[in-house]
Amino acid sequence: MMPSIMQRLLQTRGLAQIIALLAILAIDRAVSPQFFDLRMQDGRLFGSLIDVLNRGAPVALLSLGMVLVIATRGIDLSVGAVMAISGAIAASLADAYGLPVALAAALGAGLLCGLWNGFLVAVLGIQPIVATLILMVAGRGVAQLITEGRIVTFTAPDLVWLGNGAVLGVPTPVAVVIGMLIITGAVVRGSALGLLIEATGGNARASELAGIGTRAMILAVYVWCGLCAALAGVIAAADIMGADANNAGLWLELDAILAVVIGGTSLFGGRFSLVLAMVGALIIQAMNTGILLSGYPPEFNLLVKAAVVLVVLLLQSPRFANAGAVLGRARQ
Amino acid sequence: MTSKALLAATALAALTLALPATAAELTVGFSQIGSESGWRAAETSVSKSEATKRKVTLKIADAQQKQENQIKAIRSFIAQGVDAIFLAPVVSSGWDAVLKEAKEAKIPVVLLDRDIDPSGKELYLTAVTSDSVHEGAVAGEWLAKTVAGKPCNVVELQGTVGASVATNRKKGFDGVVAKNANLKVVRSQTGDFTRAKGKEVMESFIKAEGGGKNICAVYAHNDDMMVGAIQAMKEAGLKPGKDILTVSIDAVPDIFKAIAAGEANATVELTPNMAGPALDAIMAYKVKGTVPPKWIQTESKLYTAADDPQKIYDSKKGLGY
Repeated sequence: MMPSIMQRLLQTRGLAQIIALLAILAIDRAVSPQFFDLRMQDGRLFGSLIDVLNRGAPVALLSLGMVLVIATRGIDLSVGAVMAISGAIAASLADAYGLPVALAAALGAGLLCGLWNGFLVAVLGIQPIVATLILMVAGRGVAQLITEGRIVTFTAPDLVWLGNGAVLGVPTPVAVVIGMLIITGAVVRGSALGLLIEATGGNARASELAGIGTRAMILAVYVWCGLCAALAGVIAAADIMGADANNAGLWLELDAILAVVIGGTSLFGGRFSLVLAMVGALIIQAMNTGILLSGYPPEFNLLVKAAVVLVVLLLQSPRFANAGAVLGRARQ
Repeated sequence: MTSKALLAATALAALTLALPATAAELTVGFSQIGSESGWRAAETSVSKSEATKRKVTLKIADAQQKQENQIKAIRSFIAQGVDAIFLAPVVSSGWDAVLKEAKEAKIPVVLLDRDIDPSGKELYLTAVTSDSVHEGAVAGEWLAKTVAGKPCNVVELQGTVGASVATNRKKGFDGVVAKNANLKVVRSQTGDFTRAKGKEVMESFIKAEGGGKNICAVYAHNDDMMVGAIQAMKEAGLKPGKDILTVSIDAVPDIFKAIAAGEANATVELTPNMAGPALDAIMAYKVKGTVPPKWIQTESKLYTAADDPQKIYDSKKGLGY
């Protein structure tokens, strides 16, 4: 009996991810006994659990855009570079022009980047991985041009608040992620938009014939992805009160893709889940924070990360669940 | 030609031979890696001012992080017949062929900031670099002196795993820790040389060590990670520089701002002035024929609040850091 229950559980959508997250949190608690301790510090919740949410915010934001792109059978490699650009813009403008202008310019740049990617993919028909690779490489160069290779620091308190402040005790970046999740969820699931995106990813030609404007759909998801990345970039810059064009968002596109995949969305497009992508981002960060708390030598960081990711992905694999069932039956 | 004129010409020729090239006539080609960091940008701008100070013409070629561009630049310097070539090698191997060409053209090559593989030892005149093991040791000795025998738990923010600078700065510091029983490195994790990672890692150190109560000092392999760590300490309600001592390496302008504000204690300078000693060596070599030692070590100077940090910040911030 056991294997079939196991099998059914593993095939329940989202359960594998939740189990993985809980297991990692339990391991975090084991390596660091104070993991779940919470206290208030300067009007802001303080504790390792808050670190997981707060440090995971940029990747969570990226994966919110990335999951929609991947649902259309696309991919966006440029999000890390877009973070660097928007962070550089926000940091350069904040002190002189104030938050509204800096934020508008940074998010505007993100929209433009998204539009560029979307144009290459939807209109010119370039493969997404190649199309977005262009901006991935060029974007960081653009960011370095804006900062002139320096770390541009700022003191504008309202921009700093975006990274280090709190809303009702919750760190601002976490509040922003929750807000964006609600907005994105309301737009794509509150209407047929989500379904149309899934249809586009499932079979673009059939969807086109069925009357779905697949081009507009694809363009829209890349624009949204650019916007999310720009917001993540502003938060990352606000966090360290400076824009580090060389390192901001570096390799985070891979973490975002990983979060989406851990969240069970297939790289072949189609069905997607926003919430599970968030869970995926949390799994990655819970693991990162756990590694930092554990006190193991840093040489192990990547190895541990790879092993955990492998286990989480195996848990989701239907073949692996079937193999488990077959093995169980054989034992009986 | 009259004998007088001949005499004059001979005398002139002799005079020209007897008077070796003065600094004013020297032209030096500098193949710079690029501008991947603020320090690199500062090195470029300091090189320019050091050359101007010595009336040397400095031609700088920016390689944009690519070895092939550096090789091209060196070949072009050889073709132009410069008096010396400065090279800040982006990688340590693959220089033998082009450096041989320079040697055949009798153009001395000086390495700046980084060394190359031992196989190329005969192909350059001298290398002007900092000793990063020594930098770590200077940081460690400051801490040992400051805590003066009292027990002190240190947390360490390492540079990128596998980077030679990180390995060496750790080695130098560990050497001092081994000699002082009161110092103990309780946690050590990589912060990838960045502010964001430095902050994230410090947050976890603070939580893992009783809210920071068990931490007496932070040692960071570069100032940028320390700037991040200082923010993490402040957000945790700790007073960096007082509750927790800080010592880091590089001496970038922003750490002087922190020292001036009393939020950081000490930094060890990785001087951006590699070209100054290199120019002196080349001028001595060209003018007097003095062969410099194979390695010119730059000074790893320690700065604290006693060194007028605000003034140093003002003088450094224009350098392009």
